[in-house]
Amino acid sequence: MKRYLELFLLFFKIGTFTFGGGYAMIPLIRNEVVKKKKWLEDDEFMDMLAIAQSIPGPMALNTALFVGHRRLGFKGSLFSGLGVILPSFIIILFIAIIFTQFKDNPVIERIFKGIRPAVVALIAGPLVKLGKAAGITRKNAWIPIAVIIAVWLLKISPVYVVIAAILIGITHLAYLKQKLKK
Amino acid sequence: MELIDLYFNLFLSFFKIGLFGFGGGYAMLPFIQHETVNVHHWISVSDFTSIVAISQTTPGPIAFNAATYIGYTAVSNVGFSTFQGIIGSAICTLAVSLPSFIIMAVICSFFFKIKNNQWVRSALLVLKPAIIGLIASAALMLINDANFIDYKSWIIFGTVFLASLKKVDPILLIALSGVAGMLLYH
Repeated sequence: MKRYLELFLLFFKIGTFTFGGGYAMIPLIRNEVVKKKKWLEDDEFMDMLAIAQSIPGPMALNTALFVGHRRLGFKGSLFSGLGVILPSFIIILFIAIIFTQFKDNPVIERIFKGIRPAVVALIAGPLVKLGKAAGITRKNAWIPIAVIIAVWLLKISPVYVVIAAILIGITHLAYLKQKLKK
Repeated sequence: MELIDLYFNLFLSFFKIGLFGFGGGYAMLPFIQHETVNVHHWISVSDFTSIVAISQTTPGPIAFNAATYIGYTAVSNVGFSTFQGIIGSAICTLAVSLPSFIIMAVICSFFFKIKNNQWVRSALLVLKPAIIGLIASAALMLINDANFIDYKSWIIFGTVFLASLKKVDPILLIALSGVAGMLLYH
């Protein structure tokens, strides 16, 4: 039981101090899990990151679940997962209850009039850097452009876009294999 | 029974968001906005933007924050009690995490085989650039009359955009924009 609690507390701590989501918490997790506790080797940690990034869902949760599972099996992943979810749940619930009461307060409304455009700028800001990291070149730039047209202009559910992207990737490989055979 | 229906729809929407939300973070915003604002009208687009702002200034992944917040707001907005809102909040948070629990349990049992699988890799070859398109859409979907009310909004947008390229702390930028809003709008 003590080991489960240790997992829970570690990820509770990580969940409490990660502002800015997934990428900000990688060094923190690595420091705790690889360097201090030695639960994972460094190359295993890198492999885990690759997986956490390639499956759906928030990376923070995927990472927590992986470490929990490696350490103490499925039950371990329940504890680490709950640990990483709980801090933001408590904080946001508290804010939601307060905010719904003060939302129409004129001062709050003025503050949010200033904040809303800033929110959009903060999403747009990292795009160029992220695009380079994702390996976007002239050859595959049509992919993000097609996604923008589908999701933003045509208001198609992003669910279909993701399914289409997976299918295109798989079909392309099948096509290449077929060509190799001939 | 109206409440049970609402809980059920909330669960379904957030399960879908968790299941298809590749890329995490901002890439999940179009999924959340599509389901909660466009399809179900649980919250308005300016409420949605406020939630993103709150997420940017509080710890935790944006998808959890949105699930917790929208779960509560969607239920209490139609007149149910605070307690029923908290239940809604818990349902959404659980629903958005559930796909990760299932997928991770499967992956960990088959351990790492998936990483070098050529089919997975070629799917990712298209998915990764698509995720960039999703993040760009997240920004574009929020450029509307509710969030950009006049030229002052665009000045704030431009200033914050340039500052974020210079790696100024986002929490500081949100705080400063809030002060700017209070001074600029009467």
